[in-house]
Amino acid sequence: MTGWTALLLRDLRLARRVGAGAELGLVFFLILVSLLPFAIGADQRFISRIAPAFLWLSALLATLLGLDRLLQADEEEGVVDQFLLSGTPLELLVLAKALAHWLVTGLPLSLAAPLLGLMLAIEPQAMAPLALSLLIGTPALTLIGLIGAALTVSLKRGGLLLSVLVLPLTVPTLIFGATLVKEAALGRPYTTPLMLLGGMTLLMLVIAPVSAAAALRHARQ
Amino acid sequence: MAPLSTLGRVPAPALAIRGLAMARGYRTLFRDLDIDLAPGQVLQLTGPNGTGKSTLLRLIAGFLRPDAGTIRWSPLPDDATPAECLHYSGHHEGLRDGLTAQDNVATLASLLGGDPERCAAALAEVGAASLAELPVEVLSAGQRRRVALARLLAAPRPVWLLDEPFTALDRDGQALVRRLIAAHAAAGGLVIAATHQPLDLPDLRNVTLGGAAP
Amino acid sequence: MNDARPTSWLQLANPAVFNRWADRLLWPLVIVTLVLFVWGLYGTFFVSPADYQQGDTVRIMYIHVPAAWLALFVYAGMVVSALGTLVFRHPMADVAQKAAAPLGAAFTLVCLITGSIWGKPTWGTWWQWDARMTSVLVLLLIYLGIMALWRAVDDPLRAARAVAILTLVGAVNLPIIKFSVDWWYTLHQPASVFRLDGPTIHPSMLKPLLIMALGYLALYVVLLLVRMKTELTLRRIDRLQRLAAGIPGDRA
Repeated sequence: MTGWTALLLRDLRLARRVGAGAELGLVFFLILVSLLPFAIGADQRFISRIAPAFLWLSALLATLLGLDRLLQADEEEGVVDQFLLSGTPLELLVLAKALAHWLVTGLPLSLAAPLLGLMLAIEPQAMAPLALSLLIGTPALTLIGLIGAALTVSLKRGGLLLSVLVLPLTVPTLIFGATLVKEAALGRPYTTPLMLLGGMTLLMLVIAPVSAAAALRHARQ
Repeated sequence: MAPLSTLGRVPAPALAIRGLAMARGYRTLFRDLDIDLAPGQVLQLTGPNGTGKSTLLRLIAGFLRPDAGTIRWSPLPDDATPAECLHYSGHHEGLRDGLTAQDNVATLASLLGGDPERCAAALAEVGAASLAELPVEVLSAGQRRRVALARLLAAPRPVWLLDEPFTALDRDGQALVRRLIAAHAAAGGLVIAATHQPLDLPDLRNVTLGGAAP
Repeated sequence: MNDARPTSWLQLANPAVFNRWADRLLWPLVIVTLVLFVWGLYGTFFVSPADYQQGDTVRIMYIHVPAAWLALFVYAGMVVSALGTLVFRHPMADVAQKAAAPLGAAFTLVCLITGSIWGKPTWGTWWQWDARMTSVLVLLLIYLGIMALWRAVDDPLRAARAVAILTLVGAVNLPIIKFSVDWWYTLHQPASVFRLDGPTIHPSMLKPLLIMALGYLALYVVLLLVRMKTELTLRRIDRLQRLAAGIPGDRA
């Protein structure tokens, strides 16, 4: 077993044991969705109209959960020092951590979204595109969050700052993702937003590990 | 049971530090520092608090960039960086709460290129075999130290950088650390330890920091 | 890990040299700024013709558009400083970065406020989710994030490097944000909107616009120099206080 997979499995095990695992993120997602009608009223048609946007916003907020501890816990315990001594590049190791985070937040969220879409009276033809858009888009959100986590790694109460740093950068992902679902709900083709969303994730796959690793290295100088 | 080999396949390189200088904040910790160390030697770093012992170890580990000077290891295998040849054990043990001692050591061993299968033997060697299945947050400070030491044995690497290795250890634990250091050096490994505790070694080198003007 | 860096960056001659030529340049630049603004504002209010559709309202363009240009220009300057911090580890790049961020945010805010004032008579509302204004709003959010990170990290060296990385990440993202917002806007285009600063700029409007832009630029340079001098002085005070108190100033 290589160090990379060992780290990935360790983070998944930690997520399960420490209770920041998939279930809690899903419950948070469910609560957000349940709160919506209380805020805007029970008008199904109105709810149905804003459902794509709201589900995407909820996914965005649910992804932010736990990001502030993603790297901080390892940094505080001196594990990041050990990362630097391993033969595996730091860029790949932080990518393993991001993947673990996505597997316990983004992935279950994407799979559960159609169910919640049902509650929000989303058009049936938009169900599959909703799950697809989240599957392709939430990795970008986690990766952008990874940069924020690395930049705030040494800050005691970095959670709020992390959100302030990260959220403006999620604008394109949110636009492409929510538009995809909306177009699908209207029965229109959604290839363009799908491509753009995929492009966003691929770009972040390159930028985020490099930036996060640089931030971690500079934080110890 | 025969003690675990701690050297690994890579032969220990020699260390040559030349003209090393480092400032923290507005203060120069040391400058013009020269250190030579050959395989099989143990170097003890001493000096009052705040004179840069930890900083020097972190410089040698490659976590920090020096303000001036060079740190060279030779000979190094072609495909290895200095970082891949050394162990660094600092104030933090590198253990994550929520995982068992076994899981923690196995993960670190995998990361550091060791064999996770050696974990059980390594934990036994540091006297922590009975702790293997316990989550590390229930361990005492001294027990955590022992578990942290196990990775030095689980992933053999020729160079050990130890920052205050005796902290929180009882008499037995301290004797264990002395024994491990002596065995590692005897096998041809290289050890740099920052501590004021006597190491009780016949051929001990010493560098005392704190001489540089502020 | 073996490259050399000067032992104590505060001993570098650069800050002293910087201070010397900043002092020499400051007052001439203040005068240049004043002249440009007086000239530009005269052109704005007395020379430039009123728009056939918008009337005198169009004159706010001379305040609004240069602010938008400067908002981007300052960010571009911060990107250069960020490279100076990360690649060359130059302390003056840190100082320039730190001094520039609030100025960039201020120009962005001026752009948003004047845009809003312009929007009221033009669109009938104080805020319209127009593509340009929305992009500028996101730019302001990024500026605010950068300023927040500067405040959050105590150690100036670490703060400079963290902010530099954030600035570069932002620079990569800004064109994408701009593109995505434009794309989003074409999908939600409201029925009829005046284009604010369309391509139909008459030469008689261009000259005062450029003079105002130069005035803004000169103002930026003056404020940047003052802020950099202030930052250098603050760091000097901090250092002297620590030395006087016998505190080493360890960053650990």
